[in-house]
Amino acid sequence: MIGVVSYLVFFTTVAAILAIAVLGLNLQWGNTGLFNGGVVAFFGAGAYGTLILGGTPQPDHLGGFELPYLLALLGGMAAAGALAWGVGVLTLRLRHDYLAIATFGVAVAFENLMRNAEALGGGAKGLRGFERPLREALGSGFLYNLAFLAFVLVCLVLVWRSLDRLVASPFGRLLRAIREDETAARSLGKSPARIRLTAFVTGSVIMGLSGGLYATFYAFVSPQDVLPVLTFQIWAMLIVGGAGNTRGAVMGAFLIWAAWTASGWGLSRFAPVEAQLYTGSIQYVLIGLVIVGMLLWRPQGLFPERLVVSQSGREGARSTQGERQ
Amino acid sequence: MIQHLLDGILVGAILSLGATGLTMVMHMLRFANFSHAELLSIGAYVALVFDPLFKALLPLLSAQIGPLSMTWALVAAILVAMALTALSAVLFDRLVFRRVREKGEELSMVFASFGLALIIRNVIGLVFGLHTKLYSQDIVFATVLSRDPLILVKPDQVAVLGVALAVMAALHLMLSRTTFGYALRAVAENPALAQVNGINLGRMIVIVWLLGGALAAMAGVFYGLTNQITPVIGRDLVLPVFAATIVGGIGSIHGALLGGFVVGIAANLALVVLPSGYSPSVPFLIILAVLLVRPNGLFGEERA
Amino acid sequence: MAEPVLEVAGVTAGYVPDLPILRDVSMRAAAAAVTVIIGPNGAGKSTLIKAIAGLVPVSAGQIRHEGTAITHIRPDQMAQHGMAYVPQTDNIFRSLTVQQNLDLALRRAGPEATARLDRLHTRFPALADKRAARAGALSGGQRQMLAVAMALATAPRTILMDEPSAGLSPRAAQEVLEMARGLTESGVSILLVEQNVSQALRLADHCYILAEGRNQLDGPAADLLGDSVVAEIYLGGKRLRVGA
Ligand SMILES: Nc1ncnc2c1ncn2[C@@H]1O[C@H](COP(=O)(O)OP(=O)(O)OP(=O)(O)O)[C@@H](O)[C@H]1O
Ligand SMILES: [Mg+2]
Repeated sequence: MIGVVSYLVFFTTVAAILAIAVLGLNLQWGNTGLFNGGVVAFFGAGAYGTLILGGTPQPDHLGGFELPYLLALLGGMAAAGALAWGVGVLTLRLRHDYLAIATFGVAVAFENLMRNAEALGGGAKGLRGFERPLREALGSGFLYNLAFLAFVLVCLVLVWRSLDRLVASPFGRLLRAIREDETAARSLGKSPARIRLTAFVTGSVIMGLSGGLYATFYAFVSPQDVLPVLTFQIWAMLIVGGAGNTRGAVMGAFLIWAAWTASGWGLSRFAPVEAQLYTGSIQYVLIGLVIVGMLLWRPQGLFPERLVVSQSGREGARSTQGERQ
Repeated sequence: MIQHLLDGILVGAILSLGATGLTMVMHMLRFANFSHAELLSIGAYVALVFDPLFKALLPLLSAQIGPLSMTWALVAAILVAMALTALSAVLFDRLVFRRVREKGEELSMVFASFGLALIIRNVIGLVFGLHTKLYSQDIVFATVLSRDPLILVKPDQVAVLGVALAVMAALHLMLSRTTFGYALRAVAENPALAQVNGINLGRMIVIVWLLGGALAAMAGVFYGLTNQITPVIGRDLVLPVFAATIVGGIGSIHGALLGGFVVGIAANLALVVLPSGYSPSVPFLIILAVLLVRPNGLFGEERA
Repeated sequence: MAEPVLEVAGVTAGYVPDLPILRDVSMRAAAAAVTVIIGPNGAGKSTLIKAIAGLVPVSAGQIRHEGTAITHIRPDQMAQHGMAYVPQTDNIFRSLTVQQNLDLALRRAGPEATARLDRLHTRFPALADKRAARAGALSGGQRQMLAVAMALATAPRTILMDEPSAGLSPRAAQEVLEMARGLTESGVSILLVEQNVSQALRLADHCYILAEGRNQLDGPAADLLGDSVVAEIYLGGKRLRVGA
């Protein structure tokens, strides 16, 4: 029994952490129409940033600044934001395919850099030497995990609520205006490139938060944690939940994470030994099918909040719903 | 140094072939097609299947061509690979892209392309296995061009480069001398005006997929011939091929041809200063450099 | 009016579903005549021409050319129906040379291509001189010539022209309009959108006024030229919205 509960705590923690990243992506893609092909780079910047700033000194790599935990986490988020700002400034005034390619490239380069630059991120061995905060007070057992879950859930709810509020604000209306009709938005005297940059950086900072929490949870991060598969998973979560809607984003995160874990478990348990090598491939095919299938048959997602993308009067309905939750 | 340059030219020729189809599709359908590099993979594996088949059916074809490891059977297999890959490109458009397009979800096409790439890449891995393969087990010795500095060239590499250059010359002639070539460029520049001038856009999209698929298949086989064949060819080449289109300017076919060489050579020369572990990052650095210096590429025109 | 060459009957059309730009627009163009459409910016003049050309989806109404319904043709089928269209902007391929632009337009001309090219070169000597130049490097007037030449290359019986004189010097503008007039003498019918209202009215046979996507007024061009309302709105320098 305690095993099941502790597994549930573990599962919920990871799913909630990923849900935060999905919310960040929802701001970029769902609300503003910005394609991010390298979610994992911003997630990774948050993870590495947090551990480098908050960890204990290590002989073989950068870090060990031993900053207080919350400061380290903020630093990780800032690192993700800075990375996003660099990519955004270069690409957001160009055709949208440039952003797609550049973000994809940033993720490839990020993983590659972390794998090779041992002095920076410990190389393939990853970053060690991070003490989880409050460990002395809470120990390292079930109680700690429960407390950490509570912290993650607080972060999730905070991000969720503030994004709902942001989208209902005049700024949110601008984002939609830009997504749907850039010329009209420009004629209102707004600079679409600037506003898109703001949305892109904000979304990436949220992904950085997610990465920071993830690294805290494991007290460790390595290049294996910033593989492209994470980007695909986070997309699938958003698409399944329904882009443009925060509730869907969170539900999608839990659903896909459950499906991913279950399929991994099922394959490792029931697939014949000689096929074990290929379970990864099967999971990738499944996630590809989920993405393509949703786009073809249910582009609005499983949990659509509304049917039409642009409709005045929606804001009211939406924010009241936000309040209720 | 010179060795790096030669290797770069060879890789560049392969990237050029891959980038040409990609730039046309990207420009005409207005999305970054992340599944294009998988067409290289499909081409490489189709040839891997048909090469032994031709050898078994027509033993005459097993003869090697001159000093090359390539046989006539492989040449025939390349042609089959080009045809089948071209058809699969059209099939993917029918099954996925066209349907997403017709739903009015243009922005989602890039997601669809990523999903499709995942499916293709991993199905290939499941069918053919994850380990690397080669077209020929025969060891072909490299020719020593010079001893100091040591410069080695394999006959296969020279042949691949020669064929790739010939194909590019043919493409160039087609684009600059035939009305079909003008029509292709016209569609790339202004699809609506092209239609007004009597060009059937739907048919042109099919032709572009066919052409892009065939060129990608050729690039894929050449890559397999000079490196090795693995299911992750697409994953490894997607960024370099994109870099080539950005260097040339998205939509410019001539730009893509040149961009491939720029990326191939720059990536190989970068290895003179960078440890080889960093080579996957080099295309990204090239993209960054282009975006900083000349965002619309060497040949691209300013466009919204 | 005799049986019109081109007839637009109650057409509603727009770029996105449920957002009509044109509402219930009707119009007829007579054979071998110049029919001009005028109206304020954003009135829907270009949209009307694009709807006829098949570039904008028509949700209601009918369009007939020479008695055949062409309501939902694809733009690339226009030439088969004896029609050609000169767009308002971006009407040449800038990355191709002048000659390549013309070759593209002459692609379906078959054995007649050489003769037609010669005639186009005689009509527009500047295009012959500049045949190897990139079309993007042409001057505004030469671009407009090339665009018209590309339309003529298919030997159309009806030509739709969207502000062919825009951005040209007054003299060049006058030349373009006179050329349009000249074409009617060989039996070609012209549907013309113009901003140079007084010039256009002097040269046209019939005129339609469009505003906010609807018909406002129409009549023989000579009558409208003398009409006090039109004069006040278009010729007096003030440009108000008709019917507002
Ligand atoms: N591609 C498009 N997509 C959506 N709306 C468009 C598009 N082109 C034009 N419109 C809208 O359609 C309306 C009519 O435009 P149209 O170009 O037909 O006007 P016009 O009479 O030709 O004006 P002008 O004199 O400026 O050429 C305008 O409100 C315009 O904003
Ligand atoms: Mg107009």
